Amino acid sequence: MISHLRPAIVAMVFFTLLLGLAYPLGVTGLAQTLFPAQAGGSLIRNANGVVIGSQWIGQNFKGEAYLRPRPSAAGKEGYDASSSSGSNLGPLNEDLAARIKAEAEALRAEAAGPIPVDAVTTSASGLDPHISPAYAARQVARIAAARKAQPAEVLAVIAANTEGSTFGVLGEPRVNVLAVNLALDARWPQPQR
Amino acid sequence: MDWRGWAEIVFTIALTVAVGWPLGIYMARVWTGERTVLDPVLKPVEAGFYAALGVDRNKGHGWLGYAGAVLAFSAAGFALLYAILRLQGQLPLNPQGFDGLSPHLAFNTAVSFVTNTNWQSYGGETTVSSLSQMLGLTVQNFVSGAVGLSVAAAMARAFAADRGETLGNFWVDLTRSTLYVLLPVSIVTALALVAAGVPQSLLANVTAKTLEGADQIIALFPVASQEAIKQWGTNGGGLFNVNSAHPFENPTPLTNLIEVVSLNAIAFATVVAFGRVAGARKEARALIAAMVILLSLGAAAIYAAETLTPQPAMVAAGITDAPANMEGKEVRFGAAASAVWAAQTTGTANGSVNSMHASYMPLGGGVAMFLMQLGEIVPGGAGSGLYGMVVMALLSVFVAGLMVGRTPEYLGKKVEAREIKFAMLAVLILPLSILGFSAISAVLPVALEGLLNKGPRGLTEILYAYSSATGNNGSAYAGLTANAPWWNTTLGIAMLLGRFAYMVPVIALAGAIAAKPKLKPTAGTLPSDSPLFVGLLIGIILILGGLQFFPALALGPIVEHFQVLAAAR
Repeated sequence: MISHLRPAIVAMVFFTLLLGLAYPLGVTGLAQTLFPAQAGGSLIRNANGVVIGSQWIGQNFKGEAYLRPRPSAAGKEGYDASSSSGSNLGPLNEDLAARIKAEAEALRAEAAGPIPVDAVTTSASGLDPHISPAYAARQVARIAAARKAQPAEVLAVIAANTEGSTFGVLGEPRVNVLAVNLALDARWPQPQR
Repeated sequence: MDWRGWAEIVFTIALTVAVGWPLGIYMARVWTGERTVLDPVLKPVEAGFYAALGVDRNKGHGWLGYAGAVLAFSAAGFALLYAILRLQGQLPLNPQGFDGLSPHLAFNTAVSFVTNTNWQSYGGETTVSSLSQMLGLTVQNFVSGAVGLSVAAAMARAFAADRGETLGNFWVDLTRSTLYVLLPVSIVTALALVAAGVPQSLLANVTAKTLEGADQIIALFPVASQEAIKQWGTNGGGLFNVNSAHPFENPTPLTNLIEVVSLNAIAFATVVAFGRVAGARKEARALIAAMVILLSLGAAAIYAAETLTPQPAMVAAGITDAPANMEGKEVRFGAAASAVWAAQTTGTANGSVNSMHASYMPLGGGVAMFLMQLGEIVPGGAGSGLYGMVVMALLSVFVAGLMVGRTPEYLGKKVEAREIKFAMLAVLILPLSILGFSAISAVLPVALEGLLNKGPRGLTEILYAYSSATGNNGSAYAGLTANAPWWNTTLGIAMLLGRFAYMVPVIALAGAIAAKPKLKPTAGTLPSDSPLFVGLLIGIILILGGLQFFPALALGPIVEHFQVLAAAR
């Protein structure tokens, strides 16, 4: 056992330098050179260069004129991108039942028709950037009214930002909420806040 | 459920085996020291490394020496990681200004990474600095996986040997597994992930001004580099609290495929390499067949449970069309990609998640837990899956031998009392730790404070935690708030038992097998490459797992399933 001490300690030091320092820094250097946009977090900037979000991180849109995301359990207000979290509630949990019921009632007050499951459930991360096409379609009438636009035009904007399954097999069809809202603002400019 | 979901599950598992196969052929060359394509770059580094360590690469260890080296290296890793985590407040590269971890959290986290478990009592983006992530966690992600691969290499040599005295040199196995296998695949995978959208940044948080005028603080990290080794090393400890469900760790279905393949391919590769080194390619194929069958059944069962079980909360809210349980799942993955990941991660001792198992339907989460309780062998962790499966194969030929009254053999080695004792010593650590700790926690008020859900689900949270820790998996029913002294300490002990109280008997077993003469098969030898053997092996795995854990499962997920059915009526 004593004879193993020297190799054990020296190996830890060597591996720490190689794997803990050289590896992540080397990959960072390569990644920042080859794919700077993705490596930097796929940030989206407005015309003035101000960061308005990341392509991959959901945001908590509340306004009538915007496409709204799924409910979120990340942070107190939801969509806290420095504190990702799911609800972790089991299927029999009373809090889950109460929350889903409240969400469903609010959605019914807004529009008739069936409620897609993603509209009343929190995602695993609390930062889901996507909603289902069905949930997006359910919001068209509200957005069109708020922006004084034709529903068909709003639907076209959503369709342009909808992705199908990758290679037809991987993952579900989905709508990127931030991308839609950017496109909506570009088409029907909103008063600056 | 739909055809696309089934197609995704089949495609994912098939691709994983297809990637693991050539990697295993390459890995066999790494284990035996044959020439590889990376020799021109790595040979000089390797030689310098052995000189610094002061080891003679040609001198092998006996089983005691091999086990001693494993323990010494793991102890050194633990000491360094514990120190880094405790002192991170005083160390540089801490842009968020986090304090050092509490003693029990640092103990738990250090054990967790050294044992290749990567249980997350910490919340990544809220507790651990960039320095700790890189110098501490990333390093252990590599080397704890490499330790597992080394022991698998020793096991392969044991079966190849004819009256062998040594199992090989641990320091050589460790170095070569890291430099030739884990490092290159991680670099390639990390760059592929960045290309597909995963960040790799040394900046701290970015503050975004949303279209509605609110501020959103976005946490950034060198994500891709750690993501790659987190999967390949079958580690599973995420940079972010929600692991691979976080859109920065796993932004698209394509990154999801890359990651889920990376988390299982090494386990299949290890079996292929074992077959080549031990001169038992057909028998290795039989082991892979058993792994694929059990893994596929697990994925199918989880997918079915998540899409077919009625959801009481939806029924109560008057939502009649609920095709899948989407609580705790991401839209881009849906039920199928979540289910196949859940099966692969719990079958593999990885423990990374792309959906929250805590919100799974009772049978969905129950199957995931059962896959861990099988001993993390379908297909199991880096190296550990292989040696766990070999233990099961030995028990299978032993049981078959008892039936016909012959001394059993496996791969040309007689399996006698000594080997079976070591095998049972290893296997019995699972129920001892999982059921023992769960039973104590279920009646201890200080333990029960951590539960989020009540009733059978609460029991499942406890069982899942100790199954995950003992199996060195690391996934969680995250309803359990595990960052408290009782949980951090006992889960840490469970991880140590599951890793070392399993691994040391296995190394002793390898030593015993190596010392035996290599026999030619005779007419009375049970062929261990036939469908019959695969069936026998699956039977032994299920009966051993089922008999030990069925009573606990009946009180947890099974009774909860009937509660759900009643509540959704």
